[in-house]
Amino acid sequence: MFKFLKRLREKEADVATQSPEPETSSEIEGAPAKEPVITVAVSEPNARNEKEPVSKPELVSVELPRRSLKKGVRSLFDDSMDIEELEDILILADFGVETAEEITAELRREANKKGATTDPELRLMLKDLLVKRLGRNDAALNLDYGKLPYVILVVGVNGAGKTTTIGKLARWLKDGDWELVLGAADTFRAAAVDQLETWAKRAESPIVKPAQEGADPASVAYQTVEMAINTDADIAIIDTAGRLQNKKDLMDELGKIRRAVEKQAKISEVLLVIDATNGQNAMSQARAFAEVAEVTGIVMTKLDGTAKGGILYALQKELDLPIKLVGVGEQINDFAFFSPEEFAKGLVAKK
Amino acid sequence: MFGNLSDRLSDTFKNLRGKGRLSASDIDATLRDIRRALLEADVALEVVKVFIAAIRDRALGDEVSKALNPAQQVVQIVNDELTKILGEENKRIQFAKSPPTVIMLAGLQGSGKTTLAGKLAKWLKEQNQTPILVAADLQRPNAVTQLQVLGDKVGVPVFATEPGNGVGNPIKVAKDAIAHAKKAQFSVVIVDTAGRLGVDEEMMQQAIGIRDAVGPDEILFVVDAMLGQDAVNVAKAFKDGVGVTGVVLTKLDGDSRGGAALSVTNITGAPILFSSTGEGLDAFEPFYPERMASRILDMGDVVSLIEKAQKSFDEEESNKLAEQIINEEFTLQDFLEQMQQLRKMGNMKSLLGMLPGAGKMKQQLEDFDESEIARTEAIIFSMTPLERNGPKVLNGPRRQRIAKGSGTSVTEVNQLVNRFEQAAKVMKTMSKGGMPNIPGANPAAMGAAVGGGYIGGKKASKKKKGSKSGNPAKRAAENQGLSVPQPQESKPGSAFGLQN
Repeated sequence: MFKFLKRLREKEADVATQSPEPETSSEIEGAPAKEPVITVAVSEPNARNEKEPVSKPELVSVELPRRSLKKGVRSLFDDSMDIEELEDILILADFGVETAEEITAELRREANKKGATTDPELRLMLKDLLVKRLGRNDAALNLDYGKLPYVILVVGVNGAGKTTTIGKLARWLKDGDWELVLGAADTFRAAAVDQLETWAKRAESPIVKPAQEGADPASVAYQTVEMAINTDADIAIIDTAGRLQNKKDLMDELGKIRRAVEKQAKISEVLLVIDATNGQNAMSQARAFAEVAEVTGIVMTKLDGTAKGGILYALQKELDLPIKLVGVGEQINDFAFFSPEEFAKGLVAKK
Repeated sequence: MFGNLSDRLSDTFKNLRGKGRLSASDIDATLRDIRRALLEADVALEVVKVFIAAIRDRALGDEVSKALNPAQQVVQIVNDELTKILGEENKRIQFAKSPPTVIMLAGLQGSGKTTLAGKLAKWLKEQNQTPILVAADLQRPNAVTQLQVLGDKVGVPVFATEPGNGVGNPIKVAKDAIAHAKKAQFSVVIVDTAGRLGVDEEMMQQAIGIRDAVGPDEILFVVDAMLGQDAVNVAKAFKDGVGVTGVVLTKLDGDSRGGAALSVTNITGAPILFSSTGEGLDAFEPFYPERMASRILDMGDVVSLIEKAQKSFDEEESNKLAEQIINEEFTLQDFLEQMQQLRKMGNMKSLLGMLPGAGKMKQQLEDFDESEIARTEAIIFSMTPLERNGPKVLNGPRRQRIAKGSGTSVTEVNQLVNRFEQAAKVMKTMSKGGMPNIPGANPAAMGAAVGGGYIGGKKASKKKKGSKSGNPAKRAAENQGLSVPQPQESKPGSAFGLQN
């Protein structure tokens, strides 16, 4: 599956292939440690290593505890699936009018061709169609090119769930045995720094905080990367203030943060956090952030509510941005890689 | 606000405008456009269906076909129905007969409850109330700290007996807070609660527990304007769970089409009381449904603008300005004073956004740099009184000196002078009762146009000696003597370039 590379530390050299017991959460299906972890062979020393200073430890592959997004997705259909109602149902799931029309038309065409009429047949066809359209090969986190530290920048509008996402991601990566540094570059919102600090404690990771409220977020970002380098951490995750995509000055600030980070390290991921309860405005968000912050992937949060998050289909298709992660609850482990298969299955499941 | 929906509907109506009569198929085509626009604006499907059906019924009736201008009629119907859904009257917060008035905030995670609590507290304080904030969100990490910081900023005490982060019983905190508020004689208690999903039974029970403990006079449902189709489920869940007496729309300063406003009011039957329009603690205002409906139709929020202007635009100075425009003595000095007046009205962006037709200029508005005003000021400050009063004397060396003095460049000085001349022209046109040709890409001239339009409107009625107004009240005023300043509400028409 996904191949990730991190530093091999001496103390763990002999246990590197073994994942530590993560905190288990009994309410979660497919909770960590219940299923076998994803194992990847230890990487061979490669060319990239030679560029690193000699003192740097070798790279080792990493596993992340397996997670499922199953609990987050609700079925589209209350009773049996009727192709006549499909368009409305997709609109209700925030797929958007255009996408809903298109999917319905295609399904109808295919159903006619194959002579499919029964409920299970139609559900299966819809599922296959969604899986086919949603699947892509760049959905893994970009944490495998070996040039450490990896830097992850987290951006999004106000209230999308950026800080919570970082908390969950940090805990998960920590469970996968990575060393992290968190950067609290949301210097604007009251107590945002404290909020991240609480998550940092839960993820047992150090945090870089601004000297005072309202400090320059770019400088916090710079210091975070600096600390990651100085402490030999694998990953720096930087939280940014929520900003509405139509505020040009705030959006420009993201460019500055990027530049500050890039003085010392390559940015591996710019994750755009989108609230699944948002409707069509998510498109506008993604478009604007993609342009200014060069987003590399989307995190869809709050999928555990009644929102179906159909907008992710249009996002991925129209903006060519992969959905990488999904948040499915308030607990620290309620977080998973996006799986088109699981998502589509959930949408067509029988209640 | 509602920008894209306005744009869409105005496109739709453009097709109707030229027609003398509407056929049934015209109406159906229009309704299809409206349906799609509403869905893309995230208005919930079931609300859209009801809405479209209502309009079709009315539009297909005699009303339209017999009307003189059918397109206007359809606009009117759509506007009426929008207003009907959004609520027909301006609702206000219900204060308890015996204080304290208890206001409970509820909503999804990330809808903006805690920030709103701070804004609401500030607003209430300005209404001469003595509010207290209660930190009953013990779930989200450091929500309590956030509320404390906000309380400090707005100078309102915060009742926080539990540290939060999952520790403490919010029901007990809320109960203790009410007792404390009664004893210490606070007039309003604002209870911030944790964000919760409609489907989370346990959390909904907790909200009901808090409600029963505090006996709120208002349960405000805080809704993110970006909410999609799920608005229906969420609104139903909160209405059936904790109950909803009023709605607050947040993040309306984004570019979301805000269809959630329609969905939520329709489902809960509760009025939208406030809207929250920015990150500053001042970005908070009462919600005016009829204005919002006309905004959706892109007719601009003229009333709102006028009210704002009245608050801070000095009557005397504006009279003086009006005089000067008549006599064509408008100078850079006046330009400067006018700009400073405008600034008093608040943030230039939100002000300009209220102008009719501004929907189309939304991006330019967002790009508008407020510090531009500061630079313009600096340039004018660097001029001698002679130069300020007669920009015609500005020759090369003078411009160079001004550029140096203000730390700008000659180009910028030139630009300002050009803009000034443009603005003066615009104002002159408007003062003659003409329509302003707002130069969209030119912020300073737009600024001038705002102020100038306002003044020009006033003057237009003064100057119209020959043509008596069709409005009896106006005509009476004209007959009585032209020096009587008109109440501003009566003439947004000419002032803002509305087509009748």
